[in-house]
Amino acid sequence: MTTIHSDPLEAVAGIADGATVLVGGFGMAGMPVTLIDALIASGASDLTVVSNNAGNGDTGLAALLAAGRVRKVVCSFPRQADSYVFDGLYRSGDLELEVVPQGNLAERMRAAGAGIGAFFCPTGVGTPLAEGKETREIDGRTYVLEYPIKGDVALIGAEAGDAMGNLVYRKTARNFGPVMATAATTTIAEVRRVVAVGDLDPEAVVTPGIFVDRILDLSAAPADVADAESPTSQEVSA
Amino acid sequence: MSALAVPTTTTEHTDRGPLDKHELAAVIARDIPAGAYVNLGIGQPTLVADHLPQGSGVVLHTENGMLNMGPAATGDDIDPDLTNAGKVPVTELPGAAYFHHADSFAMMRGGHLDVCVLGAYQVAASGDLANWHTGAPDAIPAVGGAMDLAIGAKDVLVMMTLFAKDGSSKLVPACTYPLTGVGCVSRVYTDFGVFAVGSSAEGDPGVVSVLETYGASVDELSARMDVELRPL
Repeated sequence: MTTIHSDPLEAVAGIADGATVLVGGFGMAGMPVTLIDALIASGASDLTVVSNNAGNGDTGLAALLAAGRVRKVVCSFPRQADSYVFDGLYRSGDLELEVVPQGNLAERMRAAGAGIGAFFCPTGVGTPLAEGKETREIDGRTYVLEYPIKGDVALIGAEAGDAMGNLVYRKTARNFGPVMATAATTTIAEVRRVVAVGDLDPEAVVTPGIFVDRILDLSAAPADVADAESPTSQEVSA
Repeated sequence: MSALAVPTTTTEHTDRGPLDKHELAAVIARDIPAGAYVNLGIGQPTLVADHLPQGSGVVLHTENGMLNMGPAATGDDIDPDLTNAGKVPVTELPGAAYFHHADSFAMMRGGHLDVCVLGAYQVAASGDLANWHTGAPDAIPAVGGAMDLAIGAKDVLVMMTLFAKDGSSKLVPACTYPLTGVGCVSRVYTDFGVFAVGSSAEGDPGVVSVLETYGASVDELSARMDVELRPL
């Protein structure tokens, strides 16, 4: 059963301190900025964030980091030209980092969503990122045992959704969204528009509604939510 | 199996200087087989796209979920939802396809991607690649898709300068930087020449085959490098 929300705070209600949160997006493409702003306003802290990057500029994931709500980041590529928020927190020792090869990040979440206990993967063999991990030779090639990454919550961005929870994405903003949607106990998607049930071509649905618990309809959400909530988030983090 | 054409003899272009980065990109583009599925890494490797011949049939893959990626977007074509792996706005070509990240990396690991072109800090004669981390204590490690590409693409081509700023060769007997992949590189394209390494090199393990040189002879390069170079 999927619920549709116009209030971002209502959409993220119940995210607990210490939760593991899968955050979609590749850079800013597909990043659920409104849901992240609501998460900041909700006050949840001590979070583990799983995302490809570790924030760009001052918005979205970078704002969540800046608010001091994140204990650990699991990602493939934290260091970017505009990742100064992450860089500062990492260098001061205020943030734990686990670097995961990008394909392993995706596949480990895919495994979580598909009920796979673990899998043998050739990526990273002989590198520091495979140190201490179990290996096995299969058909003459060495593989590393990789375990699933499961989220308590997934926050993703999509183009459109319906009341069944079905989602479609737009261009490369799709990226991690469909994988993360499968891998969390509660999946929350922000969509640019909600369409009537039956309006999405069933052949073109990318994420079937069974994977989606809540949809935030950005077209119905107040445009100034992020601005209105930011003083609250500063108070909570202070 | 490598689909790269192998020349029969080594060509020494000593009547000219080393290649600049655009000339180097053109040499790499020349060697990419027609119709190949190709991933170009962030940075200089993206220049290769500018030199692919019309009608090559090469399909560019970007790991953030697209096949048949077009050139960089400008003006009104800039769309925040359409970027390459370097987060640069790009365009789509007719016949493009979008897919999620797990599928994108299945294309690599599953042996569907023919060629990737990556930058590097170091490449060993064995084909070991080091391109993600300097190992410096204050460096923030960031691997992205490099390890997946390194072991996934059928041919891994490295595009780099042959010598570091301090004059030391980046094509080495053994990498001193943390590895990205073991024995994964087929070919190293540099300003001073093109080299076959690892299982794609001819002859003894640890010996690098020189396919061509630019601005120096094989002997002149040998004098500046610790790896054993062998002409074809």
